[in-house]
Amino acid sequence: MDDIPFHELEEEGSTENKVVITVVGKDKIGIIAAITSCLAEREVNIEDITQKILGEYFTMILVGDISQCPVSLTELHRDLIQKGEEIGVTVYMQHASIFRAMHRI
Amino acid sequence: MLFDRSEILETLRMLEIENLDVRTVTLGINLLDCRSGDFSSTIEKVVEKIRYLSSPFHKVVEETFVKYGIPIVNRRIAISPASFLLNGRERKEEVVALAQRLDDLARELQVDFIGGFTALVPKGFTPGDLLLLNSLPLVLSQTQRICGSVNLASSRSGINVDAILKMGEIIKETSLLTAQEGGIGCAKLVIFANAPEDNPFMAGAFHGPGEADAALNVGVSGPGVIKEAIRRKPKADLGEIAEVVKRTAFKITRVGELIGKEIAQKLGVPFGIVDLSLAPTPRVGDSVAEILEEMGLEKCGAWGSTLALALLTDACKKGGAMASSSVGGLSGAFIPVSEDAEMTESVKVGALKLEKLEAMTSVCSVGLDMIAIPGEVSKETISAIIGDEIAIGVINNKTVGVRIIPVPDKKPGDKVVWGGLLGETVVMEVNPFQSKNFISRGGRVPAPITSLKN
Repeated sequence: MDDIPFHELEEEGSTENKVVITVVGKDKIGIIAAITSCLAEREVNIEDITQKILGEYFTMILVGDISQCPVSLTELHRDLIQKGEEIGVTVYMQHASIFRAMHRI
Repeated sequence: MLFDRSEILETLRMLEIENLDVRTVTLGINLLDCRSGDFSSTIEKVVEKIRYLSSPFHKVVEETFVKYGIPIVNRRIAISPASFLLNGRERKEEVVALAQRLDDLARELQVDFIGGFTALVPKGFTPGDLLLLNSLPLVLSQTQRICGSVNLASSRSGINVDAILKMGEIIKETSLLTAQEGGIGCAKLVIFANAPEDNPFMAGAFHGPGEADAALNVGVSGPGVIKEAIRRKPKADLGEIAEVVKRTAFKITRVGELIGKEIAQKLGVPFGIVDLSLAPTPRVGDSVAEILEEMGLEKCGAWGSTLALALLTDACKKGGAMASSSVGGLSGAFIPVSEDAEMTESVKVGALKLEKLEAMTSVCSVGLDMIAIPGEVSKETISAIIGDEIAIGVINNKTVGVRIIPVPDKKPGDKVVWGGLLGETVVMEVNPFQSKNFISRGGRVPAPITSLKN
């Protein structure tokens, strides 16, 4: 048990510099590609991604690391919303600490 | 993943569908260091200090909104009770000049309201208090964004009935001066017992004398979130309902604390409190009355309403107290009539009368709030209504407020529209029997005993 790096495990749970991006809309080809390329161009590292299709609806939740991102959160948010509008899906972006505040004691 | 998919979607649902919002971020500012011998230079110092502390306010709030995706509906400023600045002054014109200057400043800074045209008079009046009170009708009718409040009773000091009498007059006068807009001036004036010094909600916000030089307080709302949480438990007993409300209140309060701390840090002022108050707006799905009805009442005001509201308020406070060590303000459930479309509907169909509403205020977190009464109701009757409500607060050691609007030329059942967050309502019937000889005795009701509780 001694060699489990507990302090590093805790680090992994940190929400500093993390955003949660949720994409909701009618399923079609290229949603993930469009969103992730938008993130790659702005140097947001994707740390986790999950998607589900229910009937014809698509939801994707993605956790991104923004520590290298050169643009402000406001700009990133605006660009993502715009990209979503272009491909006909709704994009939400929130800093991950709101989920920690709400769902962790 | 850091969070469950269900947790992320729950948060989004609350924000996007159930109207969860931060109702207000309120920057409290001490102005006592702005006093100077010449009143016009006092005004300039006041303006300078407010402008200095709040110039980044708008930008910081916008950035926080984008960062967390949570709407922040109002930005407000609460100042030291203005009566403190007015001792030694004599002319109403000076008070109005201060109010108009601040009204302009609020517009310039894109601040929705500035609260604090306040007097604290539970035991008596200073000359500054009297000047402020006498100027209130002019202040409230000649400005848009200035709010006033009067704390005229407390469980420690008793009830200043002379102040209650005076407020009856002031309310009537304010209503007449704003007659063309349905007496709207009175909507910006609250009369309190046991007023909190850190309340972020208007019209009763002021920066109390026990506060730091500046503090950022935040008010979160979310009646829709609570209602939907109850709707998903149609078979739950009332103990389980209390548990659902408590858990939901916890989550909402946490959001408020996060937002408040972040904005405070960016403004470079201490974080004060988070006030979790279920504050309705006229939007459908953003109503406290709907929560009571979701619990099973046919209409708000039916027998059982006081019990339902007691459960709701208490569970909110418990969830909030667990979520944050900085809970303050009013924290509980608001039941303003005009601001809650379903509350107004209950009045319209005859389910909710003034007497039942008064009973409900003994377990809510505000009091008789945003009530329209006929314009012809006498000032003494208005004072007596205030007196009854204040007594509930003083005896039960709780905050109560009265925001009552006599609407000129309107009769019971008539519709009155104020618009915006103030909403619309119907004029309520007032018991026609007279209280004049009682309330006109004036004086001071001593503070209540704190033992022998039965």
